[in-house]
Amino acid sequence: MDLYQELILEHSKRPRRAGLREPFDAEVHHVNPTCGDEVTLRIRLAGDVVEDVSYDSLGCSISIASASILAEQVTGRPLTEALRTTESMRAMLTSKGADPGDEDIVGDGVALAGVAKYPARVKCALLGWMAFTDALNQAGAEIPKESHV
Amino acid sequence: MPSHDTSARDLAPEELAALRADFPILTRTVRNGNPLVYLDSGATSHKPVAVLDAERDFYTRLNSAVHRGAHQLSEEGTEAYEDARARIGRFVGAPAQEIVFTKNATESLNLAAYAFSNAPLGSRLRLGPGDEVLITEMEHHANLVPWQELCRRTGATLRWVPVTDEGRLDLDALPALLTERTKVFAFTHASNVLGTVNPVRRLADAGHAVGATVVLDACQSVPHLPVDVADLGVDLLAFSGHKMLGPMGIGVLWGRSGLLEEMPAFLTGGSMIETVRMEGSTYAAPPQRFEAGVPVAAQAVGLAAAVDYLERIGMDRVTAHEHALTERLLAGLAERSWVRVVGPTDLEDRGGTVAFVVEGVHAHDVGQVLDDSGVAVRVGHHCAWPLHRRFGIAATTRATLAVYTTPDEIDTMLTALDRVPEVFGLAS
Repeated sequence: MDLYQELILEHSKRPRRAGLREPFDAEVHHVNPTCGDEVTLRIRLAGDVVEDVSYDSLGCSISIASASILAEQVTGRPLTEALRTTESMRAMLTSKGADPGDEDIVGDGVALAGVAKYPARVKCALLGWMAFTDALNQAGAEIPKESHV
Repeated sequence: MPSHDTSARDLAPEELAALRADFPILTRTVRNGNPLVYLDSGATSHKPVAVLDAERDFYTRLNSAVHRGAHQLSEEGTEAYEDARARIGRFVGAPAQEIVFTKNATESLNLAAYAFSNAPLGSRLRLGPGDEVLITEMEHHANLVPWQELCRRTGATLRWVPVTDEGRLDLDALPALLTERTKVFAFTHASNVLGTVNPVRRLADAGHAVGATVVLDACQSVPHLPVDVADLGVDLLAFSGHKMLGPMGIGVLWGRSGLLEEMPAFLTGGSMIETVRMEGSTYAAPPQRFEAGVPVAAQAVGLAAAVDYLERIGMDRVTAHEHALTERLLAGLAERSWVRVVGPTDLEDRGGTVAFVVEGVHAHDVGQVLDDSGVAVRVGHHCAWPLHRRFGIAATTRATLAVYTTPDEIDTMLTALDRVPEVFGLAS
């Protein structure tokens, strides 16, 4: 099954940077009401840099892998880069398969490109990224208008 | 009138093959060109050609706004609509005037719940602080959230009967929960997750002993078991059309005549009135009082055709067929040590709804692997989130059977399930 790339299974079994850590500037809790998947996500900002993303994810392999990839891709990055990655993931996941993803921007996120062909699973893959954007908003980070997830 | 006959014959292979030919969708292929193996009838059942034809025939020959107008189409349409009401009523042992058509079972249950807050002050139906509504921990959200909302509107208190580890109602807890404060006792006939069939008569009698109005969610029983409202002894009973081979967009609320008379209007507007003046209005007698707007006539005619279809097979035989399939499915799952069934594993008082977990793999992923082999199941909490929480799980995979399900389909599902440990690298 092309959906379950080795990289996805690897991230879902050993999620990177998992667990909730302190200190944090914002904590959000997002759920996927259709299946009950949940993610609690915290962010810590240091000026314009995402210093830490920590999370507790309860869900399918796709949602856990996606949260793991998120934490790996945005931690230690300037806010503008993190937002570009988020926007790129969103575009790929909602492209119905037309956008294969840019590995230079989303890293391991390209392994989730196959999810776009399964509409019922797109929300699973987006859950962590939506929580991340929400957490940034709650932390009062300045998000340019054109980038929203 | 249907009654339970445990000696009813299962469907023979040639009977089943002939029956399946009535369902065009069963011949289509899905993911990777696989034949469709549809084990999600608990969510919605497929519809035989007879139902589609009946609906089409209404639109082709009789299309009109029924209960309006003096023209011939409206007369004939009204006759077809009311004839459907009578046939559907007979199917559950009820006179036509006790059958209310709604949009779906969710609306039926909301209609029931609103009666207890819309009833005039002083009515025995009207709830207030100090009153209690008793439900169970195994309810579908449709028989849970409307009661939460009723309690919020009225100040009444919601209580619930817990579920045992085996997936049965904890009846030992009932006496403490069901008291003279209980004004409504609402529960499901058959759980849409566990497959448990509850002892309705016993519960209804207990409810009546304290003066409660007893409401039954029969969505998962009417399509699969012989149901007779007099035998069950409840006061209100809700079911949906689309889960019992009928069309989408129609549900039923059955209510005892005296009770329906007492109940206030729910949705208001055209069709449900007696007189309307600018200062105020009076309302029609049941069932019309509860059918605001242009009636769902084509859907009612379609649902009556579904009822005819089920009666031709015989509900005893539908039950016997699904019972045999459930046994096969439970036995197959029991052979797989990495699968845990959530709900009764014996066949006593149990229907063809089987939810399970694969240890270490989320239900969404299990469902995806099954889908890859053309097997359609439901994954998630199946609109019974508190029940899943009670079992400490986020989601289950659920297979649900119907009269058209075959033993081969059960085997195909079990074989497809064996791919799960392979894909996710579990030691099996």
